[in-house]
Amino acid sequence: MMACLLEAPLRISVLSEVTATSRHYVDRLFDPDPQNVLQGVIDMKNAVIGNNRQKANLIVLGAVPRLLYLLQQSSSSLELRTECAVVLGSLAMGTENNIKSLVDCHIIPALLQGLLCSDLIFIEACLRCLRTVFISPVTPVQLLYTDPTVIPHLMSLLSRSQHTQEYITQIFAHCCKTPEHQTVLFNHGAIQNIAPLLISPSFKVRMQALKCFSVLAYENAQVSMTLVNVLVDGEQLSQVFVRMMQRDKPIEMQLTAAKCLTYMCRAGAIRTDDNCIVLKTLPCLVRMCSKERLLEERVEGAETLAYLMEPDIELQRIASVTDHLVSMLADYFKYPSSVSAITDIKRLDHDLKHAHELRQAAFKLYASLGSNDEDIRKKITETENMMDRIVSGLSESSIKVRLAAVRCLHSLSRSVQQLRTSFHDHAVWKPLMKLLQNAPDEVLVMASSTLCNLLLEFSPSKEPILESGVIELLCSLTQSDSPALRVNGIWALMNMAFQADQKVKVEIVRALGTEQLFRLLSDPDTNVLMKTLGLLRNLLSTRPHIDQVMSSHGKQIMQAVTLILEGEHSIEVKEQTLCILANIADGNTAKELIMTNDDMLQKIKYYMGHSNVKLQLAATFCISNLIWNEEDGSQERQDKLRDMGFVDILHKLTQASDPNLCDRAKTAMQQYLA
Amino acid sequence: VHIFSQSHLCLVMYQVLKEAVCGLIAVSWLASRPIRIKQARNLSSSSPVVSDSARFSHWTLIESCPAKDSWQAVGIGGRNRIAMSGPSSGCGFLMSVVVHGDLALNEQEKELNQRLKRLYPAVNEQETPLPRSWSPKDKFSYIGLSQNNLRVHYKGHGKTPKDAASVRATHPIPAACGVYYFEVKIISKGRDGYMGIGLSAQGVNMNRLPGWDKHSYGYHGDDGHSFCSSGTGQPYGPTFTTGDVIGCCVNLINNTCFYTKNGHSLGIAFTDLPPNLYPTVGLQTPGEVVDANFGQHPFVFDIEDYMREWRTKIQAQIDRFPIGEREGEWQAMIQKMVASYLVHHSYCATAEAFAKSTDQAVHEELASIKNRQKIQKLVLSGRMGEAIETTQQLYPSLLERNQDLLFMLKVRQFIEMVNGTDSEVRCLGGRSPKSQDCYPGSPRLFNSPVHKASSSQTYQTGTAEVEMELDHFSNGVSESSSNGFLNGSSTHGIDLEECDGDMGEIIIWRQLCGGSQAAIERMIQFGRELQSMSEHLRRERGKNSANKKMLKDAFSLLAYSDPWSSPVGYQLDSIQREPVCSTLNSAILETHNLPKQPPLALSVGQAAQCLSLMARTGSGSCAFASVDDYLH
Repeated sequence: MMACLLEAPLRISVLSEVTATSRHYVDRLFDPDPQNVLQGVIDMKNAVIGNNRQKANLIVLGAVPRLLYLLQQSSSSLELRTECAVVLGSLAMGTENNIKSLVDCHIIPALLQGLLCSDLIFIEACLRCLRTVFISPVTPVQLLYTDPTVIPHLMSLLSRSQHTQEYITQIFAHCCKTPEHQTVLFNHGAIQNIAPLLISPSFKVRMQALKCFSVLAYENAQVSMTLVNVLVDGEQLSQVFVRMMQRDKPIEMQLTAAKCLTYMCRAGAIRTDDNCIVLKTLPCLVRMCSKERLLEERVEGAETLAYLMEPDIELQRIASVTDHLVSMLADYFKYPSSVSAITDIKRLDHDLKHAHELRQAAFKLYASLGSNDEDIRKKITETENMMDRIVSGLSESSIKVRLAAVRCLHSLSRSVQQLRTSFHDHAVWKPLMKLLQNAPDEVLVMASSTLCNLLLEFSPSKEPILESGVIELLCSLTQSDSPALRVNGIWALMNMAFQADQKVKVEIVRALGTEQLFRLLSDPDTNVLMKTLGLLRNLLSTRPHIDQVMSSHGKQIMQAVTLILEGEHSIEVKEQTLCILANIADGNTAKELIMTNDDMLQKIKYYMGHSNVKLQLAATFCISNLIWNEEDGSQERQDKLRDMGFVDILHKLTQASDPNLCDRAKTAMQQYLA
Repeated sequence: VHIFSQSHLCLVMYQVLKEAVCGLIAVSWLASRPIRIKQARNLSSSSPVVSDSARFSHWTLIESCPAKDSWQAVGIGGRNRIAMSGPSSGCGFLMSVVVHGDLALNEQEKELNQRLKRLYPAVNEQETPLPRSWSPKDKFSYIGLSQNNLRVHYKGHGKTPKDAASVRATHPIPAACGVYYFEVKIISKGRDGYMGIGLSAQGVNMNRLPGWDKHSYGYHGDDGHSFCSSGTGQPYGPTFTTGDVIGCCVNLINNTCFYTKNGHSLGIAFTDLPPNLYPTVGLQTPGEVVDANFGQHPFVFDIEDYMREWRTKIQAQIDRFPIGEREGEWQAMIQKMVASYLVHHSYCATAEAFAKSTDQAVHEELASIKNRQKIQKLVLSGRMGEAIETTQQLYPSLLERNQDLLFMLKVRQFIEMVNGTDSEVRCLGGRSPKSQDCYPGSPRLFNSPVHKASSSQTYQTGTAEVEMELDHFSNGVSESSSNGFLNGSSTHGIDLEECDGDMGEIIIWRQLCGGSQAAIERMIQFGRELQSMSEHLRRERGKNSANKKMLKDAFSLLAYSDPWSSPVGYQLDSIQREPVCSTLNSAILETHNLPKQPPLALSVGQAAQCLSLMARTGSGSCAFASVDDYLH
């Protein structure tokens, strides 16, 4: 209703400007003589070409419904219907508001209906208009899929002419936005129907067909797997794409073909060591990042390249030495350049528009490049002002840039050397902590993951971070709905607790609260469970700490341990739990919590005879701690355990094939001999 | 500045050519008559018509093109000739290999030559040979060569950098390569892997690794640094070692160099390179062995793809060369060129139509053009006797003053007699003299189609040449060519064969002098007259080796039972009429104080000269601006 209110005065003001001629054009559409109507539409066509004001006028004066009526009337001559479609197409070429008006008048169903006509010229006019409407960002894509008969009919029209091919593939390329869309198009034979168009004599058709494949294959294994087996004129599709990446082809074509191959590769349809990836796609994408390319192309090139090599260290290594990529990317941060600001307003505007995009693309690519190889990370951090750029990127207004910057930082934080040096020198923890205060989950996941690395024991940033009140923050993360955030929160706490002061440990337990701790121990996510156990293990290290923690929380901890050992858990989880038990067994007073718990001792016995060596080892460790000679009451414990049959088991384990286990058992046996 | 102006000039030349050629095609719409330009190359090096400015080509414009198929045949024939006329390359090296008698090596050599030809088509190897191997002469003593001078190993002590040793390729990289590339495979990194791959100028100390000295550039395996005429390297790329293939690409257009490792480009290493650099490798410790690939094998890196990019760049530069304010001037010049070309070759109807539609004056009287056209038609149809006669009638003093020309015409007449095409023997051969009625020089025939077509639909749309050919204006000219008589110039060779299959009559025609005894006698008598004319000329004007050879070649035809398939049979090919025709035409024009070459042909020649000059002065872009690319 608000919209209507606002529209009314606007309409009047526009109306007042409408010239008599505009009205005349519309009036002629209502002429009783069809011949006059036709002439009127033709005159209207000539009047609106390239004239946005005239287009707006005609729309305001209600030309669209009338044109649509004439277009749909079966009594209209084919020529009239065609001219109507042409005029509507022309109106659609105007502003976004024009498109909105046309869509509001239900132009899409009307034109789709028109496609059922047999006349090719009319069909082409309808398709041209539909194309213009659908490629506009204001048109809801879903309108293409509401009528299930539309897609198959469009597929059948692909054979009619080069024009139908161009318009239909362009519509598909713009309207395939979700996996569901991909599936619909795939199920209606998009691949078989569009593949031959890749060798069409028309460049536009080839280009649009190629774009179709890039949107169809994106993160879609089904499409990608099908594509690799498609032959076009006896040639494999991947080879057709390779040819389209030749350096004399238009950049748009090279880039889109590289995208197709990238998506096919990421979907598992092409191996990462295939020549078409290593020797063709990757170098092509690196070229797209060069200074000679347009800013848009550089953004797309960098993003696609980042995506291509993300999971593959070999591709990362190759890219890192190709065409000075690492230093080439540094140029992405130089927009708007100081030259453009002074000399050329247009250029400045253009640069500003793309500056964010460029920066985030560069960060993404750096993140991808540095995700595995230490040498590459070193090369990246040594790039001019790199750390400063990341630091300022972390606090940029654009969320995209912040996310990409933190991804980059995360990637680099996997390097021990960088943590020790550049990370500390540039105090990256400061903006990182700031970022963690109030950010969307996406950013939080990356930032907290990075924080985990910064909290590693050898990281010099650990201390200042602790002092900045990070514990509360991390504890709150463990209560998140997102498993990734819970993992990161508890992981960071685990890292923090590793060889920490008593004070820190107490603070962690206090801030987290035992309730939350035990809730995390029953977390459905195994990762969360593992890291929580890891935290417990770190808390329960060095004897005084063990006794202290166990004296206050012994009961709950023992309960939790029993629960896990009895439950259905993976070997790793049980191993971690047995390690906790071994740590408890190392305490002075804490020992008794085990010794007085026969049920627990039976469990340890069971695991000493388990088929998995890791569990045997952990359980043996635990026993070994319990019977250790130099401690008070060791004699009683030894006796009790001998009575329970542990000596026999230990004796058997000294014959074990695993050398570690064998050693551990022998050490334990010596306690009895001493 | 000098080089710039040359490139600039070249760009201008191209713009002229491109538009002029387009102009000629446009003329075909105006005249509504399919016109093709054909660049005919003279196979025989003794061709007497070669002039300074357009040494390489001779132009023919064919009015009333025959069936499309035969046009294509001409096109293909033309290309073949071009391929054949290329200089035989690298003979010295080739010979030495053949002497080895190693079949596999011979194959490799063939592959090398083919690859080099394909990669560097613009290089004239007689002037600037391409590197094919390392030079056994231009190396330090610690370097050993083997495997046809392609494998390099180190044989010094390798204790200090003073023991470094390098070798250069046999030849410097010619600028006309545009983009040059070679690869080196590391067979063994030896003790320390101190290998350097790069470029150096002639005379640079060989007791060093490439890159350490002035005019020397290298990429070193041990540290991955690049050395640009300096003892200290810059971080450049990864290190390299045994099994790696390192490529070095010199871009002679922007004078930069980049390296590749295992097929991956490592980015620009050097800029502002001087000209005439040699591929160079250097080794420094015992056990280091590397193999070069100058094109003997396929390259690991896709250098052809890189070249494609630069070809496209250069061509875009030519296409986008700005005319600026002088657009009007420009168009007028182009139109003049087109018109003068048409007039020169006496396509009077077309010239007239063109001049009319572009508002130009024709600088020669129409009658004069038509006279020349008449003579040209006679020559091109092989009717030399009539051609000489007509020339003498119309230009009384021309041949008297130019005895060499007359001699050449007469020798041609003799050849046409052997062919059975000259009018004198044709009459004797019992063929219908009426065939002369088909003689196409009549103005009526030429004017009518122009008139007719100017009102036709095809003229209006003027979309495709194909449509033009659909026009039914056949003016009897092309029809009369069924015996290869008129359009022989355009349908030589292949046309003959087609006719063989079509008409039995032709078989008779391929007999000596058309198969008539009387004709043979006339021919022999004519030969004697020619002989005495030759002797006369020699007495009067001294020895003329060209004339002597011409006569000898012509008489040699009689030594074979089937002159057409004899080694000298090419003379009977109707394409050989074209240089004769052109020379005569030029001579006539000269008497009228008109240029003996049309400006269009001159600019083609000039563009070609410009390219070779660019090659000599080190402008690499000449590699990607072949004149042929602009002639359709």
